[in-house]
Amino acid sequence: MTDTVYQVSHLTLVPRRHYGRMIGAAFVCAALAAIVHAFAVGQIEWNYVAEFLTVPAIMSGLVNTVVMALLAMVLGIVLGVIFAIMRLSHNPVLSVTALGYVWLFRAIPALLQLLLWFNLALVFPTISIPGIFSVPTVAVMTPFVAALLGLGIQQGAFTAEVVRAGLLSVDQGQYEAAQTIGMTRLKMLRRIIMPQAMRVIVPPVGNEFIGMVKLTSLASVIQYAEILHSAQNIYYANSRVIELLIVASIWYLLVVTILSLIQGRVEKYYSKGVASPANAK
Amino acid sequence: MDTQNLSPNAPIVVTADVRKRFGTLEVLKGINVKVPQGEVLCIIGPSGSGKSTFLRCINQLERIDAGAIWVGGELVGFRREGDNLYELDDVQIARQRRSIGMVFQRFNLFPHLTVTQNVTEGPIQVLGEKPAEAQERAHALLEQVGLSDKRNAYPAHLSGGQQQRVAIARALAMRPQLLLFDEPTSALDPELVGEVLNVMRDLAQSGMTMIVVTHELGFAREVSHRVAFMDQGQLVEIGDSRSVLADPQQARTREFISAVHK
Ligand SMILES: Nc1ncnc2c1ncn2[C@@H]1O[C@H](COP(=O)(O)OP(=O)(O)O)[C@@H](O)[C@H]1O
Ligand SMILES: [Mg+2]
Repeated sequence: MTDTVYQVSHLTLVPRRHYGRMIGAAFVCAALAAIVHAFAVGQIEWNYVAEFLTVPAIMSGLVNTVVMALLAMVLGIVLGVIFAIMRLSHNPVLSVTALGYVWLFRAIPALLQLLLWFNLALVFPTISIPGIFSVPTVAVMTPFVAALLGLGIQQGAFTAEVVRAGLLSVDQGQYEAAQTIGMTRLKMLRRIIMPQAMRVIVPPVGNEFIGMVKLTSLASVIQYAEILHSAQNIYYANSRVIELLIVASIWYLLVVTILSLIQGRVEKYYSKGVASPANAK
Repeated sequence: MDTQNLSPNAPIVVTADVRKRFGTLEVLKGINVKVPQGEVLCIIGPSGSGKSTFLRCINQLERIDAGAIWVGGELVGFRREGDNLYELDDVQIARQRRSIGMVFQRFNLFPHLTVTQNVTEGPIQVLGEKPAEAQERAHALLEQVGLSDKRNAYPAHLSGGQQQRVAIARALAMRPQLLLFDEPTSALDPELVGEVLNVMRDLAQSGMTMIVVTHELGFAREVSHRVAFMDQGQLVEIGDSRSVLADPQQARTREFISAVHK
């Protein structure tokens, strides 16, 4: 019974070599090194980048960017929720109006919408309610207001679709259970339906928030002093074009990174009660 | 409001010629039934006969097309002035639903709330009770259904039987005058049916008025006072639970009962 073939304790295991992966990794490393080298020796004055990173004009541009992204997103979410609920209404006037809103503002490019709002005075020279007040449109439609309306309203059209999908994702039985404990429609939406819909809504809205931060750069076209506009103003004066564009890029990177971290937290908050081994007690 | 029905001995539920159609399909063809205070009425019948629809009409998850329903002496869904019936608005319908508890086949617990929060949600948000009081009562109710140790769990971590018992506690927290059960054990694994039926039996003994749609004929025989057999949108037969189940008068009832027993 000395079946030596089945004696394995003295054998050594030699792991398989992934030659393909190793070659691929070597190529990627070489390419990265080449890119880093190119930028290091390229026509970039890195000390200018450092110098302009925190100058007042850039900082105020950064604040304007963040403020605009935040306000436009708030407007977008408020409009999105309202139009999503209208869209699901049994009242055909409400639901068709909501459909039209989404159709119109999702179709027209954001830049074009900004230009339309900014030039509204060409259509309506004054904004007025007869007998109560009347103001010239140019006085109201500042770059800030035009950017906020343009960005917020088109965002609302996208958010409405996201919120609608979220509301539809909640089981019909939840609506019925909320009704049978005597909740009114609004309380049911606020306490029972929305918190569950948020699980579906938060990830795409987080992405769109990040998109919004970048979309605010469009407002530079209508003279809103956001960070790209500030960077451009500086390089028109000193011709350090690439350096200032890099300054703006660094700030965008930072803001988006912070937003991504917050998004992760919020997603975790709304996953309460979802069955998963991590949540089990 | 129809005040002549408000006497203390008035039945908790009265339905008069209740009709309901979905498109061209007539699902309820004139249902007349009276459920006195403290009675347990079981409704049995084949699938699709309109049992769920009837329960849903009582707490206005469906709107009836004709007839009338009174719960606790109050006309459901309408306000009567002279010979006119005015439809109630959202807020008034919500108020009427408070006193009618409902337990669903699929539990429908709120998954984002803990067990205790599921039970306190209605009392706090709808009845305006103080959170501390609501919580204390919730704990008592959870003890009553045997789930004190699951107070802080989320529904997803409970078995079906446990979820259904939480659903019963949630309904009881509203201090209902009437409980509706729509096949409360049909979604449960066989070994979990008993724990839910036991809770319902205790409730029945405590004098709760209950309408129970069920296929558990044993429960119907032992716990309910009367059994109604529904078929194709009609109450074919209604009577004392033992006699209906043991000696049905109608051929359709006999067929159904022998089919279930097979
Ligand atoms: N919302 C609805 N729309 C259309 N038909 C429905 C709806 N709800 C129920 N029905 C129909 O009504 C009939 C009775 O259904 P239901 O009351 O659920 O029966 P049961 O509970 O006795 O099985 C069935 O034919 C069903 O298909
Ligand atoms: Mg049913």
